[in-house]
Amino acid sequence: MELNAIVNAISEKCPGSILKQTENHGINEITVSAQCFYEVMQTLQGDGCGFDMLTDVVGIDRMPRAPRFDLLYVLLSMKDFSRLIVRLEAGEGQEVPSVSSIWHSANWGEREVFDLMGINFSNHPDLRRILTWENFDGHPLRKDFPLEGKDFDKPFDTKTVKDYC
Amino acid sequence: MGLENQLVGDNVLVTSMTKLVNWGRANSVWPCTFGLACCALEMIASTLANFDISRFGSEVFRPSPRQSDLIIIAGTLTKKMSVMVKRIYDQMADPKWVIAMGACASCGGVFKSYSVVQGVDQIIPVDVYIPGCPPRPEAVLAGLMKIQEKILTEKLGQRPDVLSGTLQ
Ligand code: SF4
Repeated sequence: MELNAIVNAISEKCPGSILKQTENHGINEITVSAQCFYEVMQTLQGDGCGFDMLTDVVGIDRMPRAPRFDLLYVLLSMKDFSRLIVRLEAGEGQEVPSVSSIWHSANWGEREVFDLMGINFSNHPDLRRILTWENFDGHPLRKDFPLEGKDFDKPFDTKTVKDYC
Repeated sequence: MGLENQLVGDNVLVTSMTKLVNWGRANSVWPCTFGLACCALEMIASTLANFDISRFGSEVFRPSPRQSDLIIIAGTLTKKMSVMVKRIYDQMADPKWVIAMGACASCGGVFKSYSVVQGVDQIIPVDVYIPGCPPRPEAVLAGLMKIQEKILTEKLGQRPDVLSGTLQ
């Protein structure tokens, strides 16, 4: 789908929600405002735009910029195989509405972003850590997380690891 | 004149119990079917026809820890996985041996990071370390032969598991 057609479809439903639109190397990208984010995503999935697949959710830590995080949702339309990246800027501690009720694949993607970046998603059915373990302290892909983690020099004991299973 | 000709009839072989048991143990070290990362592929390669680990009696990779004598820690041990590895080791019946295969299992390797255990010897006792990233299958076989050498020198009544009373 052409970028202009997408932008028009969104502007009809939620005017003023698109902050920026670009096209890089044939990939369309829009930056949307946090207020209308969920409605925009619903519009994109609906029949008008037809992005029926969410292939990835990406979190980027842009410290020291404020708002600190970028969230990227990579969408794919199975009808004409066009892709769209939706970018959302999120501040520290800001809750982002979960889109797992729109695309089921967002469930694990958002869990991963929550686990590694510490971004909270509201209305997520099961927001638990997915890659690290249950009592892990911190969010390792944040820029201020020490690469070696805590207690790196101390002997490791398996009893300190508690997991969901 | 083969050995079988000599053994026709009622013959007696004299040896010590230690030698007999150790000979049996050393030549049937059954490893656990278990791999963690890239090193596991080299371990698998060592079982295939080119390298043929069955020359050393270790081709029987057991799917159950209760039937295996050796655990080859082949790959990067993450902290999340370490709980399972410890459990597998604890489930293995004595006598048991451990090979730390590759840089990651020996000391964490290139992963000096929050998620990786810096050496499997922090959670279970290791008998032989195999260096390399990954070690070639020949190195795995060399490590296995080291285990065999070690087994042949063991005194039956003085294994740590016997002394600590865990072996009934
Ligand atoms: S030692 Fe090298 S080959 Fe083996 S698991 Fe680590 S990174 Fe992979």
